[in-house]
Amino acid sequence: MEMMNEMGEAGFSTTKLDQAIGWARKFSIFQYPFVTACCGMEYMATACSHYDVDRFGAGLPRFSPRQSDVLFVVGTISHKIAPVLKRIYDQMADPKWVVAFGVCTCTGGFYDNYATVQGIDTIIPVDVYIPGCPPRPENVLDGLMKLQDKIQRQKQEV
Amino acid sequence: MTGIHIKLQEKFGAAVREIHNQHGDETAVADRSAFLTIVQFVRNNHNIDCDMLTDITAVDGLSLKWKPRFEVIYHFYSTKKNHRLRLKVKVDEQDPVVPSLAAEWGVANWLEREVWDMFGIRFEGHPDLRRILMYEQFSGHPLRKDYPYSKRQPLIGPKN
Ligand code: SF4
Repeated sequence: MEMMNEMGEAGFSTTKLDQAIGWARKFSIFQYPFVTACCGMEYMATACSHYDVDRFGAGLPRFSPRQSDVLFVVGTISHKIAPVLKRIYDQMADPKWVVAFGVCTCTGGFYDNYATVQGIDTIIPVDVYIPGCPPRPENVLDGLMKLQDKIQRQKQEV
Repeated sequence: MTGIHIKLQEKFGAAVREIHNQHGDETAVADRSAFLTIVQFVRNNHNIDCDMLTDITAVDGLSLKWKPRFEVIYHFYSTKKNHRLRLKVKVDEQDPVVPSLAAEWGVANWLEREVWDMFGIRFEGHPDLRRILMYEQFSGHPLRKDYPYSKRQPLIGPKN
């Protein structure tokens, strides 16, 4: 949207390449939903028409890590599935981002036990944490907007 | 039909060690050596006719100082007569073995694997007694009361 504002009477705009790429990238978030538990319900609620993540260009989940930009880790991650999560992350092409959806992925949540990974950031880097058990869709959209903000501001590797 | 537990005791005598009935939950504690015979009877007797095995689980009585330490619990249900029965077998820590029901009840296969995984109780005659919930590299049985509460065995990442 910054581009539009800069369009003066001249009818053209000037921008930096970084900003232009960031703008394009932040509105074409292809997500990979790594859904393992109850948070998946809230993820679906957010993705459906009522809250409509398509407004943020994130409406098209890809079920191949090769085709996706953002890894949505949704639900409890057990030690048994942790190597799979790491592998999915490794298979994604750069640039890539990770969203930790729900307290289970942020910290392990209330599963302080033998089975659960105490926060996925012990395994893969995380860009945005969305706490809540499960987070409300508004909360998820807020996280998504924060991610967009982060994508816009960062140095764009091409 | 009510009073299945009483009927079992009448039929099997000392092989049914104790019976109780709390709020209609009829329970019989079977001797391990007679367990298979009792299960067969429960299934085939036309008055009891329990054709469904709903669950197998176990209890570790370590903190309650139970002797023997473990109780393996079987829940049976009769779809034709609409009644339930619980059968318990007590096993000791030194010899935690119970005969497997996997040959007669297909469902027992996975249920027994779960009890093995969580409590370390072996089922004699089980065709494939592997862990089912935890991974092969996991050592110990997490639902035993002496498994340390904060002990984790991650496959990757830090030992948190
Ligand atoms: S954070 Fe809550 S809702 Fe989400 S996966 Fe964990 S337990 Fe389920």
